[in-house]
Amino acid sequence: MTDNASVSRQICGNFANDKGRLMDILLGVQAQAGCVAPEALDEIAKSLSMSRVEVESAATFYAFFSGAPRGRFVIRLCNDIIDQLHGMDRIVAAFRAELGIEFGQTTPDGLFSLEYTPCIGMSDQAPALLINSTVVTKVSTDMVHEIVQTLRVSKNLEQLKLTLGDGNNSHPLVRSMVNNNLRERGAVVFAPYTPGVALQRALSEQPVELIRIVKASRLRGRGGAGFPTGMKWEFTRAAAGERKFIVCNADEGEPGTFKDRVILTEAPGLMFEGMTIAGYAIGASEGIVYLRGEYAYLLPYLEDVLAKRRAAGLLGRDILGKSGFKFDIRIQLGAGAYVCGEETALLSSCEGKAGNPKTRPPFPAQKGYLDMPTVINNVETHCAAARIVENGPTWFTSMGTKSSSGTKVFSVSGDCSRPGVYEIPFGITVEELLTHVGASDTIAVQVGGASGRMIGPSEFNRPFCFDHLATGGSVMVFGKGRDLLAISHAFMDFFVEESCGYCTPCRAGTRLLQERLGRFLTGQAESADLDYLEKTGKTVKTASRCGLGQTAANPILGTLQSFRPEYERRIKTNGSVFLPSFDPRKAVAVASSIAGRESEQFGTQKGGVKQ
Amino acid sequence: MSAKVAFTIDGKTVQGEQGQTILQAAALASIYIPHLCAMKGLSPWGSCRVCTVLVNGRPQAACTTPVAEGAVVENDTAELKDLRSSLVEMLFVEGNHYCMFCEKSGNCELQAMAYRLGILAMRHPYMFPVRTLDASHPDVMVELNRCILCARCIRASQELDGKHVFDFVGRGSHRHIGVNAATGAGGTNLKVTDKAAEACPVGSIVKKRVGFAVPIGQRLYDSKPIGSAIESGRAAKG
Repeated sequence: MTDNASVSRQICGNFANDKGRLMDILLGVQAQAGCVAPEALDEIAKSLSMSRVEVESAATFYAFFSGAPRGRFVIRLCNDIIDQLHGMDRIVAAFRAELGIEFGQTTPDGLFSLEYTPCIGMSDQAPALLINSTVVTKVSTDMVHEIVQTLRVSKNLEQLKLTLGDGNNSHPLVRSMVNNNLRERGAVVFAPYTPGVALQRALSEQPVELIRIVKASRLRGRGGAGFPTGMKWEFTRAAAGERKFIVCNADEGEPGTFKDRVILTEAPGLMFEGMTIAGYAIGASEGIVYLRGEYAYLLPYLEDVLAKRRAAGLLGRDILGKSGFKFDIRIQLGAGAYVCGEETALLSSCEGKAGNPKTRPPFPAQKGYLDMPTVINNVETHCAAARIVENGPTWFTSMGTKSSSGTKVFSVSGDCSRPGVYEIPFGITVEELLTHVGASDTIAVQVGGASGRMIGPSEFNRPFCFDHLATGGSVMVFGKGRDLLAISHAFMDFFVEESCGYCTPCRAGTRLLQERLGRFLTGQAESADLDYLEKTGKTVKTASRCGLGQTAANPILGTLQSFRPEYERRIKTNGSVFLPSFDPRKAVAVASSIAGRESEQFGTQKGGVKQ
Repeated sequence: MSAKVAFTIDGKTVQGEQGQTILQAAALASIYIPHLCAMKGLSPWGSCRVCTVLVNGRPQAACTTPVAEGAVVENDTAELKDLRSSLVEMLFVEGNHYCMFCEKSGNCELQAMAYRLGILAMRHPYMFPVRTLDASHPDVMVELNRCILCARCIRASQELDGKHVFDFVGRGSHRHIGVNAATGAGGTNLKVTDKAAEACPVGSIVKKRVGFAVPIGQRLYDSKPIGSAIESGRAAKG
């Protein structure tokens, strides 16, 4: 692309050459020029008065940016475990046959690129993929053929004949084939909503009273960590700072989580209202929604909801006539990085940087976005806060359990007949939920996504709540016949791909764990490997710098605890004195490629073993 | 004068000051907590995790954790030594470290750390990554095979030299040190006299033509292990 430089200059100008908006600038350059080329780095650095390497640092961190031109249509096939179990391989084969290229390549005509991407939040309608920012769900091999033919001829995404999904998915500003699969609506998030009611109620109270109400409700963060929301608000209110911020974490990237997508589609007003109330409570006038890049298709719709709220006096100056109270919200789009769901990495990304987690302390409540006191809550938490203010804390604590009041929105996927979104009071047991979702012959449930834990039938009587089984929403069901270690290995692949690489244990340790677990799948494991996995897993868990690394060994540590026989039955005990992991053919492969001939002793010809 | 903060490390009472990290206060009390990415004069970073200690039973990086009154810190324990060894071995296997013919041998903090921790063989398999060597600068070589991603060069350039010669590029296992020019280090404003040119704990950023000016056998860690300066109280005086 020859116009990379001029496009970059122009886009930087659109953002007033503000380096804090580097994410938006890079997204813009990628969209318009097809890549962020070396000359774009130079130009952006010049326009924003930054170092080139600083721009490069951000541009090379996110999966959605590329240094070399990609195809006009970038097809990103979700390779999440649920997609793998729902026939992803057939889709892979179909695309390779249709396009004649491998994943990671671009067609010679520059029309198509094929890539894999981790969970895109469509596990209940897998296999799924993105074509640029258009979502295609329940992909079949026939659809692959039709998609490629249509785009080849029309070169226009609008020409794809996609059946529109339910609810607001068919809204003129969304027009997506995504389905909500909203199976059960609860009293908090998915109850009927009238804009402004909760906010009106909030503005009639003193800010400190709102914090008291939220504390009394015992609301805890819905993203998974479960920190008391009222306390977070109190800390941020008390912290010194000339500006304060409310951030909404809409970067749900945990494999198997898609409940925020449905909330963003069906209840964005409630979420924005919760943010506005939080702003009033802590004395902030600016809010940011960090929307994962995979959900870019919702952006025009969400911007429209914001515009309508501004017009209705629910955002902007003197909100609902409350003199002096101003609050507005901008949406920051991500660009493909799971780690940005970690709250401090999310802040780095909002600041226009690579999504590296920040050093804690200080915590965001003291020094968050732009080093200012910042509240970061999950989409669902903001919604719940608004409802609590509207209906009172007693109403909220009447639902759920003592430690976990209110409802939880679950995203259920995998081997069940009714995958989708369920809003159910906390305290429901795994067993009960499995009945709701139509699962039978379940051998394991992954609670909380890749970073959570896999449990077996002996634990299905446990309730979902912060004291027992905590989850940010992801519940993946695995039925009879599924290979649980292969599933855990897929989770390790995910962490290797998504580690930011800042700290040693997460960057290197996840790869070591992935490799060692792989030995169990290829029949190369020995009993000492169990000890290795346990110890190295513990090192990664203990020494990692942020929540990603601290939970990245869970797929292994959890299964070692609950499904140890799965490991033991694969250990090779043939009495051989040789290491089962040592493959002489593999060991001489590089040497034989350099020599240009195969090993006399271990070549594939002589050895007669398939590679 | 900042407020005094008293806490213990392995049962020994340490007087620190408000605003210090555990690592800083320990060094001033002549207690060595093994570390690689931390460097005096640079802002705390917390990437190598070798300085992991238990603070009131919870694992924390000593280099980024502020001192707190009454905190109980565990440092010199068998479990932590094993954890640190595992981390140091990870750094060895994820790069290409050939001590026997590296010009930094004897002055290398990674090598010295391995000796101090008693590492004889790696518990992890070698990854043998393909990494680059950038010799484009007339006076400084950037040899990424030996890089441990500690960011000392990045911080030294920004914080001490007032430049931005280095930064991380890429994510996860692709993360590596990038330089502020498309043409390599030679295209940057790096000077051989910059602090960034001598901040590297390993042989990744080395000055040209002086590699063997000090012979093997007379180097920093040839006679005394890493950490000796701190333990002998020299850090407290300096």
